[in-house]
Amino acid sequence: MSTAVATAPESIHRRRHYLNADYGIRSWLFTTDHKRIALLYLFSITFFFALGGLFAVLIRLELLTPAGDLMTSDTYNKVFTMHGIMMVFFFLIPSVPATLGNFLIPMMIGARDLAFPKLNLASWYLFMAGGVFALYSVVTGGIDTGWTFYTPFSTTYSNTKVIPAALGILIAGFSSIFTGLNFIVTVHRMRAPGLTWFRLPLFVWANYAASLIMVLGTPVLAITIILVFLERAFHIGIFDPRLGGDPILFQHLFWFYSHPAVYIMILPSMGVMSELISAFSRKRVFGYSFVAFSSVAIAVFGFLVWGHHMFVSGQSVYAAMVFSILSYLVAIPSAVKVFNWTATLYKGSVSYQTPMLYAFGFLGLFTIGGLTGLFLAALGVDVHVTDTYFVVAHFHYIMVGGVIMGYLGGLHFWWPKITGRLYPEGWAKLSALVVFLGFNLTFFPQFVLGYLGMPRRYHAYPEEFQVLNVMSSAGASILGVGYLLPLFYLLWSMRYGPEAGPNPFDARGLEWQTASPPPTHNFEQVPIVQEEAYAYHAAQEVPVAG
Amino acid sequence: MQDSHAAAAHHPAFQHHFETMEQQREASTLGMWLFLITEILFFGGMFTVYLVYRNWYFASFAAGSLTLDLTLGAFNTVVLIGSSLTMALAVHSAETGQRNLLVAFLLLTILLGATFLGVKAVEYSHKFEEHHVPGPSFRFGSEELRHFHEEATALRSTQIHGVELGEVQLFFSLYFAMTGMHALHMVIGIGVLSVLAWKSRRGVYSPEYFAPVEYAGLYWHFVDIVWIFLFPLLYLITRHVGVHP
Amino acid sequence: MGFDLPLFPDQASTMATRVDHLYFYLLAVSAFFTILITAMLIFFAIRYRRARHPNAVPIEGSTKLELAWTGIPLIIAMSMFVWAANIFFAMNRPPRGALEIYAVGKQWMWKFEHVGGQREINQLHVPVGRDVKLTMISQDVIHSMFFPAFRVKQDVLPNRYTTVWFHPTKIGTYHLFCAEYCGTKHSGMIGQVVVMEPAQYQAWLAGGAQGGSLVASGERLFRDLACDTCHRPDTGARGPDLAGLFGKPVRFAGGGSAVADETYIRESITNPAAKVVEGFQPIMPTFQGQVSEEGLLQLVAYIKSLQTQTPAAAPGAPPAAAAPPRGNP
Repeated sequence: MSTAVATAPESIHRRRHYLNADYGIRSWLFTTDHKRIALLYLFSITFFFALGGLFAVLIRLELLTPAGDLMTSDTYNKVFTMHGIMMVFFFLIPSVPATLGNFLIPMMIGARDLAFPKLNLASWYLFMAGGVFALYSVVTGGIDTGWTFYTPFSTTYSNTKVIPAALGILIAGFSSIFTGLNFIVTVHRMRAPGLTWFRLPLFVWANYAASLIMVLGTPVLAITIILVFLERAFHIGIFDPRLGGDPILFQHLFWFYSHPAVYIMILPSMGVMSELISAFSRKRVFGYSFVAFSSVAIAVFGFLVWGHHMFVSGQSVYAAMVFSILSYLVAIPSAVKVFNWTATLYKGSVSYQTPMLYAFGFLGLFTIGGLTGLFLAALGVDVHVTDTYFVVAHFHYIMVGGVIMGYLGGLHFWWPKITGRLYPEGWAKLSALVVFLGFNLTFFPQFVLGYLGMPRRYHAYPEEFQVLNVMSSAGASILGVGYLLPLFYLLWSMRYGPEAGPNPFDARGLEWQTASPPPTHNFEQVPIVQEEAYAYHAAQEVPVAG
Repeated sequence: MQDSHAAAAHHPAFQHHFETMEQQREASTLGMWLFLITEILFFGGMFTVYLVYRNWYFASFAAGSLTLDLTLGAFNTVVLIGSSLTMALAVHSAETGQRNLLVAFLLLTILLGATFLGVKAVEYSHKFEEHHVPGPSFRFGSEELRHFHEEATALRSTQIHGVELGEVQLFFSLYFAMTGMHALHMVIGIGVLSVLAWKSRRGVYSPEYFAPVEYAGLYWHFVDIVWIFLFPLLYLITRHVGVHP
Repeated sequence: MGFDLPLFPDQASTMATRVDHLYFYLLAVSAFFTILITAMLIFFAIRYRRARHPNAVPIEGSTKLELAWTGIPLIIAMSMFVWAANIFFAMNRPPRGALEIYAVGKQWMWKFEHVGGQREINQLHVPVGRDVKLTMISQDVIHSMFFPAFRVKQDVLPNRYTTVWFHPTKIGTYHLFCAEYCGTKHSGMIGQVVVMEPAQYQAWLAGGAQGGSLVASGERLFRDLACDTCHRPDTGARGPDLAGLFGKPVRFAGGGSAVADETYIRESITNPAAKVVEGFQPIMPTFQGQVSEEGLLQLVAYIKSLQTQTPAAAPGAPPAAAAPPRGNP
């Protein structure tokens, strides 16, 4: 790695690139450059992640003791609600697509920008406006409905700031819709000459599939939130059982978006995995087309399984069976991906740089997260474990173990491209290890807690659950350190890191063929693509272009 | 490649991250269609809710529907279909470069849209006067019920029982939510068309570049189609009473 | 408080055993694949590390392998589905002749009513070795009745009855949780289920009855609300006769029919115009808001007992529970 740092230290300052093309706050707030917008998102979601993390700290502190003595139950309810809202809507959903996707998709397909740069900027402003509403709800008293807003609690019984938080999510939802729309059009219409669909990097395929969900699912969330808003403001009866409304109908509408939303989070992260594993094995991803189509299959099947959140809600037994069998079907493409990634290592040339460590971590955690999903799809077992810590552990393995490992892995992989600088490898490896260990210590005990029967969203709990909760809280503090480390060394590297050069990992893909940081229009010349994204073998004979 | 880029570059509407004018047009067309798909899903959520409750509470919904003004609703349907025609003619005028006709048809479309909203406002105000707006002052009295029974009996319907105040209110909640959301889309459409009319007058659009007119047309037709579904669903339930067993 | 690290919940019902067997199967499959993938990852990562294997061998993929790792997981997944659906089906089919207990959830407590009229809050006494069926409703938001030791759970909804059943196999005291988040004191909405020897249970029943059996309370309420002025067995009555109604299909004016279950009876009281029985006029006033959920349950229990004209010998009521002397007539 250190051998790659050969260029003169001043060159970043001499050369014009997207970071130094213009200065001043206005040049950032009015930029239409997808790379700068990606950085705007990067800083905003880091802020929301920190906030969501702070709420997580409070949760784990409260659960150290069974008594519920740190805060009142009302405060606790607000804390876990805000943890969920911040993490789901303001960190996990935008995490990989809005930052890495925004930065990389145009570069990976050899375009100067996304199809609609102004819309891209507007998406960021919508996202921030949504965040402001959500924060307003926190500052003026908080919201205690859980991130799921189940009616009639959220519409009639809760006395907290439901409306501003719901509006915040609504507005952030439009940001997501426009981002997805932008990506789909870009992938369809902006590919460089010669870049056929089956030469596309799998990261692009994965983001494309996630965009389909954003575009098709988010509008349903939007209208659902509007109906909740109307119900709460005017008591019009749509979800109020006393007026003939049906609270279960709300759950159907909510999960119609919110289950596919999990795939909005995980698919882009899976895309990152394909890039990392191929780059650090110096091999094409095993079974490229199967990995590509499995992303689309997940996006399609993902729309048909929402009812598995409602096995004990009182929906019909036969509906539950259909949703259960479909949930098993959606598990298959995920399994196919994991097998293909594993097989990619076979006869590869594997190196253990930081991004690859995150990829290993992802594979481990995602495997556990995915397999425990089988428990939840199993009707008879789900009845016991639903709404317990088993579910909490499962979705954290997917969302935190899967999404954040992919997000951090991708961030480390493309950091030299984004900033033109290298981070300290030793620290980075340490943080990957700490995150992995801390994560498992935090969430594995929760599987046990869940099967023992500890319900989620409990402020106080029976004493026999304490030891496992203490383990979980201890793990969370380690995990917290793991997250803080990259914050420091990545910021440090932006100023003091050694220069990276255009392609420090000697990876393929168009984004590595331009300078780091890239020029404002990404490429000095529009590339003409003659080979697929993972042409490691062709490249060993031919010297690297660009 | 670079040549075509340079060739397109002279057009004032060309955005330089595209290669050619053609690519720009294709991209924005696809974007517009995707946007309309999100709109379909947005309204789709409400239609789902409506259809579920209509199925459960048929009599109440029929009774509520009967109080809507069929004449005004039908008139508005004709107005909107007419506005779709003028909109299509506006797009055609833009395509053929007839600037004055374009402006005229855009203004006509705006006028028809405004007429629709005006009639809608009249309908809403009737509902306010009759206390049919959901909320504490909601009323659905014996008079409305008798009217419904007469009508249903005349149609030889047996589904006259089971009218419930809460369920009728649910009908009106959905009526206001759906027509309100539709009206909001109309207002936005009129705003967009006004800007287009202003720009057309200044000669911004030409047979080479009239994409914004085309997209506004797509949007306008979409909003029309939503109404084509809303009208029978909301106004014509009672026409259904007779055929139900 | 000692160092107490439980790893597995009590197994105190027939369902618990069935669920646990499937759980072990799922655990075994999960462990197998986790170990398989981890082992392959570690092996490949070490065997083909760059220092030892500097040049990767190009491999496109293998359709045979793809088919294998699509097909085999699919077959395993389907085995899980069938097994789990089978259990779920049993969970949703309460056996006939189960001991019936009624529950009302409200923010933030559980109220139980036994057939004999015994009431308890946040505590539920049941006999070991018998099927027990809970009929539940919520007075406000959605709650969820969860018995970890029995491996059963069911959401409790406003405006609609749901049921859950179990067959306790082990004497003891177990947790009872509300599993659906329901507001401020959600975590306080917990209690205990006490599984007792049948004899002890009978003794407990005898000591706890107050105010007459559920059916008797329902009958009293039926008269107090003057339901009997219309719902009479004679022809020409203004309301349908309710004897023998429960469990039978009812035809409605204007078409449609339904089986008269608990939810239908409750709806007919709170919202009588919704489904008018064929041959009758919609003249019954609504009792919404005038009868508490407990009162509605008593009325439902009373109407259920009218299967055969004598309330005491209702087949739904267990002979054992009917035998002990009631506190008051």
